[in-house]
Amino acid sequence: MPRIVFAYLIRRLIGAVIMLLIVSVVVFGIFFGIPKLVGQTNDQLAASFVGKAPTAEAIAQTKHRLNLDKPIWVQYGKWIQGVVAGQDFNNGPSKEHCSAPCFGYSFKNNQAVLPQLEDRAPATLSLAAGAAIIWLLSGVATGILSALKRGSIWDRAAMVIALAGVSLPIYFTGLLSMQIFSYNLDVLPGGGSYVPFSQNPGTWFQSLILPWITLAFLYAATYARLTRAGMLETLGEDYIRTARAKGLAERAVIAKHALRSTLTPILTVFGMDLGLLLGGAVLTEHTFGIPGLGQLSIDGIVGNDLPVVLGVTLVAALFIVVANLIVDLLYAVIDPRVRLG
Amino acid sequence: MKKIRPIAALAAGLVATTGLAACGGGSGGSNKGAGYNAATDKVINQSDKKGGTLRFAISDDFDSPDPGNTYYAWSQNFVRLYGRGLLTFKPAAGSESNQVVPDLAQGPGTPSDGGKTWTYKLRSGVKYDDGTPVTSKDVKYAVERSNFTDELQLGPKYFKAYLQDNTPAYKGPYKDKSPQGLKSIETPDDSTVIFHLSKPFSEFDYLVGMAQTIPVPQAKDKGLKYEQAIVSSGPYKIDSYQRGKSMTLSRNPNWDPSTDPIRKALPDRIELQLKQSGDDIDNRLLAGSLDVDAAGVGVQSGTQGKLLSDQTKKANTDNPLQGYLRFASMNLHVAPLDNVHCRRAVQYATDKVAMQSAYGGPLAGGDVATTILPPSIVGYTKFDKYPQKYKQGGGLDDSTLAQAKSELQQCGKPTGFKTKISARSDRPKEVAMAQAMQQGLKQVGIQTEIVQYPAGDYFNKYVGAPKFVHDNGVGIMLMAWSADWPTGYGFLSQILDGRAIKPSGGNNLPEENNQKINDLFDQAIGNTDKEARAKIYGQIDQMAMDDAVDIPIIYAKALLYRPPNVTNVGITQGYGGMYDYLNMGVKK
Repeated sequence: MPRIVFAYLIRRLIGAVIMLLIVSVVVFGIFFGIPKLVGQTNDQLAASFVGKAPTAEAIAQTKHRLNLDKPIWVQYGKWIQGVVAGQDFNNGPSKEHCSAPCFGYSFKNNQAVLPQLEDRAPATLSLAAGAAIIWLLSGVATGILSALKRGSIWDRAAMVIALAGVSLPIYFTGLLSMQIFSYNLDVLPGGGSYVPFSQNPGTWFQSLILPWITLAFLYAATYARLTRAGMLETLGEDYIRTARAKGLAERAVIAKHALRSTLTPILTVFGMDLGLLLGGAVLTEHTFGIPGLGQLSIDGIVGNDLPVVLGVTLVAALFIVVANLIVDLLYAVIDPRVRLG
Repeated sequence: MKKIRPIAALAAGLVATTGLAACGGGSGGSNKGAGYNAATDKVINQSDKKGGTLRFAISDDFDSPDPGNTYYAWSQNFVRLYGRGLLTFKPAAGSESNQVVPDLAQGPGTPSDGGKTWTYKLRSGVKYDDGTPVTSKDVKYAVERSNFTDELQLGPKYFKAYLQDNTPAYKGPYKDKSPQGLKSIETPDDSTVIFHLSKPFSEFDYLVGMAQTIPVPQAKDKGLKYEQAIVSSGPYKIDSYQRGKSMTLSRNPNWDPSTDPIRKALPDRIELQLKQSGDDIDNRLLAGSLDVDAAGVGVQSGTQGKLLSDQTKKANTDNPLQGYLRFASMNLHVAPLDNVHCRRAVQYATDKVAMQSAYGGPLAGGDVATTILPPSIVGYTKFDKYPQKYKQGGGLDDSTLAQAKSELQQCGKPTGFKTKISARSDRPKEVAMAQAMQQGLKQVGIQTEIVQYPAGDYFNKYVGAPKFVHDNGVGIMLMAWSADWPTGYGFLSQILDGRAIKPSGGNNLPEENNQKINDLFDQAIGNTDKEARAKIYGQIDQMAMDDAVDIPIIYAKALLYRPPNVTNVGITQGYGGMYDYLNMGVKK
């Protein structure tokens, strides 16, 4: 059994590396290809890394400095070379070496991309993990209660709130929650108050309460509805009737039999949501001023900053791969019929 | 980010309308505001009280906090907290803030050789935060690195344009390691720096007033990474700067107030948060948990209503000119606008009030303009060559339309003509202005088609490229313009001097090439008399309006909020109508 799992993991790992390579080629292609279709030249691209009203000389120098004067495949080759073997970067008076794996230097702020990703990942992970715990627990709990008390006031209220959660955008709920809890009641810190866990765990926790809840609110709704529907379906199954008939306590029927099979599809959705969470985190980070990967990705895209866009995209892709892998492994735990291999 | 804005603004508006914002008085609640527009022409809440933390936030980041590698106006304003250039804008409000005063230098530059040589003497006793003395060589080095290297490309390149170059051309201190460097900057001793220009330039003091003369010791220069290790010559030193996150400043123990007559250095600590949500910045300003929006370009549209509907809040707002002109240029080579009478007809028939409303009205858009120079620029002369009258309910008065028609008659197009109006496709307000203009012109038979081009390439590829304009018959082009230094030369020379016409990337959109105007530019910049120069700028403005090449639409304005606990608050026109950050403090 362990050997099978090991072989399985190796296969998945190779698949992940190939996928990341494909993602990087696609990002390169999109970055250079699509603007070209609408007539953008490399001169204009270079002009976005030069000050106001640039001279032709300044543009030429910048194009050369960022390798934008080379063909796309040469640029891609240099990037891959950096990942595998590292690269040198010229600061002007001195050179610095970025050792492998080097994901290049930002066009905009001239800093190595990987340390920026490492620097910002904890903020996004803090936000994502906390929010995921909240939405999973509250969403599933609400769903179960709604299913058990189907048609009651509780059920209806929960489903209306769930609907609100799906439809209200984060920049509305986020701003509103800060206006109430930070600026009017002054019980929780407002925007821009995030500090890393390593610096001050107390402030870290406090500053993330509103972002966690805001982000979780968006997702919890889906989970409540999913759980409710799944539970209702399962509770109507024959084996539940059998379980009840053989005199099992209702608590055991719900927890051991019904919930277990309801959770399998929820876990699938959870894995995908967790992987795609970067998208939701972008808005939450923007609204609350949290310096995470989401903000970095917006800055990268708005600023034509290819190396940063590449870096963030690869991290996001990695996120999805890992989340899916974990979910697949968890299937085997929850559902004994699933075999890896 | 641009995509998020409008929806976020809507959300903020909704927050406001729910009434939850009404009780957001905050910590400064007991203070009464100094009054609407109080800080536009004088420094208010004057104080010498030291201590506390001054908190800035901005929705953007620096282009670079390196004084040699920055162009943003707010950044030029802010870097003076940790750097001292030879001269700087006077810490004052209103028209006084347009003057440059000595900072690191003892006095303004001494011109000689007919305005081609400028000499500055440094104050003695100025030190960096590590205790080493500032020398004139560091000023020379700072100018060399910021203007002549391949790496530092984000700042202005005026020194490169005006200083005499070496033969062969100087390659900057990173490539050219020769001890003399750029020969046209001499440092005969540690306290003297002499600049040799290639032609007379009477406003050189304004160029050295930019952040690029803030000294950089060569041994401490890290090129593109210098922004992480900036040496301070001002009252504050940088404790940390993290891209996209924050900057914190604390007192520079080696700053000696006796060498610095213009700075008060009141707060003990200065914090700047970067990349914050614009709507949240406004909410925090109102709640008292933030002191300044560093961008200085006004509150979000959702916040404007909140401020103006409440008299107490309105008393803490300013509505200054932003040093910008929004205008329409008419190309002299696109028929029938090659005829001055057809251009004058457009001058009369342009509904400026409708265009002003399209851009956000008098508060967020600005005042209706009749001159090319905005009132906040040195040389502004008030006049109106094409006076218009408006009907009560909006729209141009019949007498004004009649005047437009009579010009059309003289142009030989009594029934009007067809042309195109260009606007930047990703600037919805500019497109709305074009539509308002189109409606106005229709009334006299001028039929227009609106063409939209992306802002990023607007000048490089489209309206700034004469061939494109001629080939495509783009007669009327909307644009906005502000100066890098607030004088008529700084404002007008790129948009009206015939020698500024380029094959692409130019800003002289009409291709105005009037010999008399070109000569006046040379006369002005060669004249060391300030008053005489200012007069010439007014003349140039009038001549261009006689030629009717540009239609001034609005002098841009913005609505700014100042929390009542902030001291020494005044609008500086030197940086385009934002608060002056040099001497701000906080009441406890």
